[in-house]
Amino acid sequence: MNIQISRREALLGSGALIVSFALAGSSTGAQGQGSAKPLALTEVDSFLAIDKTGKVTVYSGKVDLGTGITTALRQIVADELDVPMNRIELVQGDTLLTPDQGKTWASVTIQIGGMQLRQAAAAARQALLAEAAKKLGTDNLTVADGVIMAGGRKKVSYGELIGDKNFSIKLDPKQPVKEKSPKDYKIVGKSAPRVDIPDKVTGRFTYMQDFHVPGMLHGRVVRPPAIGAKLEKVDDSAARRIPGVARVVREGDFLGVVATSEWDAIRGADALKVTWSKSETLPEQAKLWEHVRATKVVKEDATSNVGNVAEALAKEGAKIRKATYDFAIHTHGSIGPSCAIAEFKDGKLTSWSASQATHDLRKQLALMLGLSPDNVRCIYVEGAGCYGRNGHEDAAADAALLAKIVGAPVRVQWSRADEHGWDPKGPPTLVDLQASTDDAGNVTAWDSIFYIPQAGPELNVPLVAADLAGMPTAKVSFPGNIFQLSAIPYKFPNVRTVCRRLETTPLRPSWIRTPGRMQNTYANECFFDELAAAAGADPLEFRLKYLDPADKRGIEVLERVAALAKWEKRPSPNKAASGNVVKGRGVSYTKYELVRTYVGAVAEVEVDRSTGRITVPRFYITHDCGQIINPDGLKSQIEGNVIQTVSRTLIEELKFDRSQVTSLDWKSYPILTFPEVPEIVIELIDRPTEKPWGAGEPAAAVIPSAISNAVFDAIGVRLRSIPYTPAKVLVAMQAT
Amino acid sequence: MAIKSLTVNGKRVPVTYNDPQMPLLYVLRNDLGLHGPRFGCGLGQCGACTVHIDGAAVRSCITPLSTVDVNKKIVTLEGLGTPEKPHRVQKAFIDEQAAQCGYCINGMIMESAAFLAKNKKPTEAAIKVALANNLCRCGTHARIVRAVKRASA
Repeated sequence: MNIQISRREALLGSGALIVSFALAGSSTGAQGQGSAKPLALTEVDSFLAIDKTGKVTVYSGKVDLGTGITTALRQIVADELDVPMNRIELVQGDTLLTPDQGKTWASVTIQIGGMQLRQAAAAARQALLAEAAKKLGTDNLTVADGVIMAGGRKKVSYGELIGDKNFSIKLDPKQPVKEKSPKDYKIVGKSAPRVDIPDKVTGRFTYMQDFHVPGMLHGRVVRPPAIGAKLEKVDDSAARRIPGVARVVREGDFLGVVATSEWDAIRGADALKVTWSKSETLPEQAKLWEHVRATKVVKEDATSNVGNVAEALAKEGAKIRKATYDFAIHTHGSIGPSCAIAEFKDGKLTSWSASQATHDLRKQLALMLGLSPDNVRCIYVEGAGCYGRNGHEDAAADAALLAKIVGAPVRVQWSRADEHGWDPKGPPTLVDLQASTDDAGNVTAWDSIFYIPQAGPELNVPLVAADLAGMPTAKVSFPGNIFQLSAIPYKFPNVRTVCRRLETTPLRPSWIRTPGRMQNTYANECFFDELAAAAGADPLEFRLKYLDPADKRGIEVLERVAALAKWEKRPSPNKAASGNVVKGRGVSYTKYELVRTYVGAVAEVEVDRSTGRITVPRFYITHDCGQIINPDGLKSQIEGNVIQTVSRTLIEELKFDRSQVTSLDWKSYPILTFPEVPEIVIELIDRPTEKPWGAGEPAAAVIPSAISNAVFDAIGVRLRSIPYTPAKVLVAMQAT
Repeated sequence: MAIKSLTVNGKRVPVTYNDPQMPLLYVLRNDLGLHGPRFGCGLGQCGACTVHIDGAAVRSCITPLSTVDVNKKIVTLEGLGTPEKPHRVQKAFIDEQAAQCGYCINGMIMESAAFLAKNKKPTEAAIKVALANNLCRCGTHARIVRAVKRASA
């Protein structure tokens, strides 16, 4: 179906649009790295190019971390431009070519990155229509497959119109270009198959781990056996006898081996006899929560403050309930350990990696190596799935340092132990909550304190190689947004939520999928359930009672998940539950960051009373992220959120001793396996006329609490310490 | 430096090596330029490196080069099928869109292709057990099971 667009309408939609094309290369906005291509967020040419054959190239600063997002981004651009998806090429995360659209994180690639692309495409389309109107002598135009037609006889293609020119069109977020009407979308909203899957299932895809450059050597890093240990002595005589070992590199406490083959590099690293100083900087794991509670608080942030909590809590007759929740340290656990390649040519560094933020990495590598950022180019090559800032940037720093010292391109591949031991971690989270209720069970006050690491000053994680080698890097860096969702979506008369930001946290912290939002929602949604149970209320009804009645989408998500799961209205625990293996069900809800994607979840669990083992046979999810770009891609993300978070909830806990991480493989850090994976029933709520919001994280936020609440429903025991290992369940059962 | 011959994806290929204990994975990836078998752990724990040796699913990251010779038929993901002519298991993975990052998918396909060769009509529970030692971090399990089921139909 074609869309009738008049030139007048096109022009009215965009005050800022300059309808003219400029010759290629003459555009403004070029910056650094010897590029003539604009990168500014205010230029259409930064985001897309059309050549004279009609091929469309999309330049995306947001990258595909294995979510399939680049298929969705292609859909957005193809639909807005009216070109088939297969005419689109997509360049991602190349600091020479793609605009800095921020890190690929926080479920904002569609919401922010995709909408910037949509604006660029809409502006380009309008300019092309205006040019066609001049050329064809009429305003009555239709577009199909990149060809503009006037009344079916005269036509001109995008390629013919643009020729060798650029768009040279400014974009102004304050004056957005008129986009297509949602009813006219033909590609958006459909489950377009992912462009990468055929190559990925046949071995044709090139991951970062497969990428090679000519003349490349293989590097291996040798990390200290204790965080903060000093390198005292290296005997490299055995390593240097291995054929293929080209160089043993020592720079401060940074140690690496470079060889002509990967296996020789590994053997070389193994053959080094290294003496390190003793270092014990970590707290005793058994006393982790005492340590967290005793850590210096540098800042106290009230994330919400309604009414007078102190007064309500002190009121005579108020029933006070208190609980403390904790959430273990997790590792990203990418299946492919981090990998990067670096090459120096004429004093300029090119770095290939699977970094989620190549523009930021560029600045970090420049700082570390004393280079001008103009002399650093970082190029994204998709790696194994990454669920936040894992080790890719560190591998890039390792490769850059080794390449600089040996004077040849170097590929660094981390080992499994490097990845588990040295990728930055999701920090431990401790939450104290208290609430008061009246005689009828109505909540009169909610009061919570979150013990989480401090924020900033910058949002880059220090590079391991720079730290070890004594080179400049970010000194303090913490995941700032982990305060999100400490505030709650429920309307109690008195609410106070406070984040105590801690000076330090054990192990280098970063962000792992749903950072902070998962931990905070876990504590809040479990404690809310405690109040429902104390009131003898159905936990789903209790949520509806306290949601803002004006928030219709939130209410709908909960009502629909109740219908989807055939929710039986009754309080928890289930009095009818009996036998050794007991079933339970639990509900949880989020409005992500209190401003976007809504998720309702119902978990069904089975608890074996004799072993303490929890299984999760089924999860129901309703999900409203506004306009859906690709329903199947969205479902895939929701499934991933559920399964990964069931794993984190039931099994995962990073182990460490006073010196270092001791979970260095999949035996010591197990994750969920096939027989334990739940069936997942998903209902998508599509709202084509609303803004599209993110989906990579929100569903994960509700999983731990839904499971916890279901366990309480089954056995009447409240679990408050993640992960829910059988041992912890048995202890909790005995204590109850 | 020593040299020996292997039979990989139906072709006889010469390989040179310094260390006979070098795992097969490094020969396949770095000397033969294959992208199917992947390095995941080097410990035989995750399955990303899986290849077929005489039809059996084997972890190439812990298979020393010394244990394979030209008489053993090694097949990798590339030898199973291509985007143009995919193996039925590969086609089922495409049809079910059973990949997120896809890094583990080599192991999932190689393991299940070997499994299906001996188990024509497995139950869903049997598929899950067959893949219990293959790890996926993205949470693609449900789709993977559906794909294996589809390939067995």
